[in-house]
Parts: sequence; C-alpha cells; structure tokens
Amino acid sequence: MLKNRIIPCLDVKNGRVVKGINFVELKDAGDPVEQAKIYSDGGADEICFLDITASNENRDTIIDIVRKTAKECFVPLTVGGGIRTIQNITDLLLAGADKVSINTAAVKNVDFVKEASKKFGSQCIVVAIDAKKVSDNKWEVFTHGGRNKTNIDAVEFAKQIELNGAGEILLTSMDKDGTKSGYDVDLLKAITKSTNIPVIASGGVGTLDHLYEGIVKGGASAVLAASIFHYGEYKIKDAKEYLNSKKVSVRL
Amino acid sequence: MNVTIVDYQSGNISSVINSFTEVAKGKINLAVTSDIKKIKSSDKIILPGQGSFKSCVDSLNSIDGLVDTLKEFAITNKKPLLGICVGLQMFADVGYEEVETKGLSWISGKVSKIDNQNGKFKLPHIGWNEIEIQKESKIFKDIKNKSHMYFVHSYEFVPKDKSVISATTDYSSKIVCSIERGNLFGTQFHPEKSDKEGLKIIANFINL
Repeated sequence: MLKNRIIPCLDVKNGRVVKGINFVELKDAGDPVEQAKIYSDGGADEICFLDITASNENRDTIIDIVRKTAKECFVPLTVGGGIRTIQNITDLLLAGADKVSINTAAVKNVDFVKEASKKFGSQCIVVAIDAKKVSDNKWEVFTHGGRNKTNIDAVEFAKQIELNGAGEILLTSMDKDGTKSGYDVDLLKAITKSTNIPVIASGGVGTLDHLYEGIVKGGASAVLAASIFHYGEYKIKDAKEYLNSKKVSVRL
Repeated sequence: MNVTIVDYQSGNISSVINSFTEVAKGKINLAVTSDIKKIKSSDKIILPGQGSFKSCVDSLNSIDGLVDTLKEFAITNKKPLLGICVGLQMFADVGYEEVETKGLSWISGKVSKIDNQNGKFKLPHIGWNEIEIQKESKIFKDIKNKSHMYFVHSYEFVPKDKSVISATTDYSSKIVCSIERGNLFGTQFHPEKSDKEGLKIIANFINL
C-alpha cells in the first residue's frame, strides 16, 4: 500500500533556513544542509527546499546547498523558488535535486510546464499553487510569494497544469500559511477531487492533528510542514507515530 | 572492480551517481559514461532511466554501438547489469508510453500504463510503497519483506515469464517492481532514493 508522505520544508534565504509568518518577518533557524540531514536521518519521506527570495538573488547559493545536501540525503529532494527557465531546472537537477517546484513561471506561461515535463519527465515537475480564498468555495492563484493577485481560479489552474504534464501539485493556502491553525481543508478537497495527480498539502500546520486532517479530510497524498518540525516541537517520528495511531498508513 | 553508470542523457542521474559514490566509498572504480570501450571493460553496469520509455530508447539508440555493447555485456557475456526505473522497463520487447516503441527485448514482455481504475488511484504512482518479495534475489540480501522503497512511475513492466519477478508492490494491482534473471537485475523503484534500505540494495549489487 502506498504510504502518505511527510515532507519537512526548509525555506532558505541567503543560504540559511528561515520560516516566515505569512511570508514576512523572517527568523533565522539554521544551516540547510545540516537540517536536511537531521530530517532525512529522522525518517522524512522527502525533503523540500524553497528558495524564498531566489527571484532577486544569486541562484548559485541554492545550487551549492542542493549539491551538498544531495551527497548526504538519500531520500527525494525537491527544490523550488525562482525557477524561470529550462536552464534553471537543468542546473538544479545536475546539482542533485530530484524534483523542481515551479510557481510563478507556471502561472505566467503554462507551456513552460509542458516544455519542462516533456524534457525532464513529469516525475520531476511539481507545480506550486499559492491560493487565497476569495469567496465561498472559491480560491484564486497568487504569485511572487503571495504578493501578486492573478484572477486565475485555483481549481481551473490545477486542472490545466495536470493536462500540461505536471507530476504533482504543491498546494499552499495563503490564508493559512504561518497561522498554525491547520490546512485549508476545503481548498484541499476542491483540488484533490478535481485532479488525478498527487497533491501535497501546505500552509498552516500547528499540530499533528492538522497533518491527519490534510490527508484524511483533504485527500492529500503528502503533507508538508515547516515550523512544527523546525523549532523542535515535534520530530518526524512523532508525526508518523501519531498518524499511524490514527490508522493513517505511513512509512515507519 | 570497475562499475559503470551508463550516462546516455536519459535525464537526471545525479542521485544515482551520489548513492553509488556513497556506497562505493572509493573502494571501487566508478565511472559515469557512455563510452563504449569503458563499458566493455566494466565488471558491472547500471542502466538508469528517467522520462518516457520512448525518450530513453531514442537516447540509447542515438549513441552509436551502445545498444549492441550493452547486449553483448548483459546477454552474451552474462555480466551483472542493473536497470533502474525506465532502465528496467527497456528490457521489454515493447513499450506503450506516448507511442508504441520497441524495447531491448532482453526479457520478453511489455510496458503498459498502470490501470488506475478510472481515477481511483492517482498517477504517477509517487512515494513510498512496500515491496513484496516473490523469490530470493541476490540484491535483496538482508532486505526484509515489506520494506519501503521509493517509486515514481505511471507505467509498469509486465513480463511474460513470471518466474523473473523477484518483487511486486501493491498499487491498484500487484505491480512488478523488481526482476532477476541470472545476471540481469532491475528495479522499478529507485534504490538511490530509498534511504538506508535502498543503499543496501546498491551495496548488494556492488558486492555480487
């Protein structure tokens, strides 16, 4: 039976791990390579790096981190943030990333998803959707780390990127991110019901029960969280044991 | 010992290189190349593969003499070869991803899309799944039945001769996830991404 994945996410800025509260007010919390190794040794099913300010800065920093991490972690490594070109993807994959997560570039031009999945295979193309609730059961796609409104319906966009070859969706609720009040379960449900590719839930985890909700109520194939693991509140193992005790199948 | 990872521009093989480098720890000569001479003088070969069946077969064929050299190595000379993911799938006669494409015909069978039961099972099959060992395999030494391995694929290898199957995994049906026939090994999952258990499989192959 396929297991539900637990993915710790490391937001990286200037080569250091940070975690934003609603994407502002960044705190410094460690060396990304060391953190990734701790997570992988602790049973993380995958590791995710998000280079949160990559659009404005030198990309070599993240490539160097990926190169070092990939030599020590033998679980899948996903890298996102500032990916604009096929060359950006090539550089990250050569450095040792297994998947890349594309956000703004996918919204700007869905053909980029098609081109990337054709060239590298769907298995390594994740599309990150940042969505904000605009009315009852309606969410809109935002870009640039949640700063720019697009007027694109999140559910329609998810269907479109699936058609264009995305292998997975990394779905972040902008309303919930950093609040620790749980995933936006309705948003998750809306997206998981209208697509046939795996969805990774993101944004809002504060307790282990939130992980349970994301999988069982939201239909997510994987749950991503940052701060609850980051500041030592919970270990990956705690999360897995909790889910297992609630009859959610995980890799123990 | 000379171990060669065949680099035929089949997509991302950094993880394969990293994991074999880690396991080999300088004790073996590890080469990453498509050079025919180097392949001929190898003791063991790893044939990775990412992307579609067609793109991998096309890439193999685009390198002059590569397919014949691999065949001579694995089939005529019966030296150990490990295919990973599409690297394994290409052992088949034919694949149906994108368009019908001829495979290497090393192990009779076909590669077809996983039956997702009308959307009941999401595709690609991504993540950690348990392997059910079907027969003793040299690369499963010290690997417990129901160990977790990391999968990413939408197509499955269906061999005609079921006796080659060394493990299956459960995803909508029993999917073939590992084969062994003499010196020929293949895994549908990615040992290079399957944590400590995956590294053990790599070590078992190196230590054959």
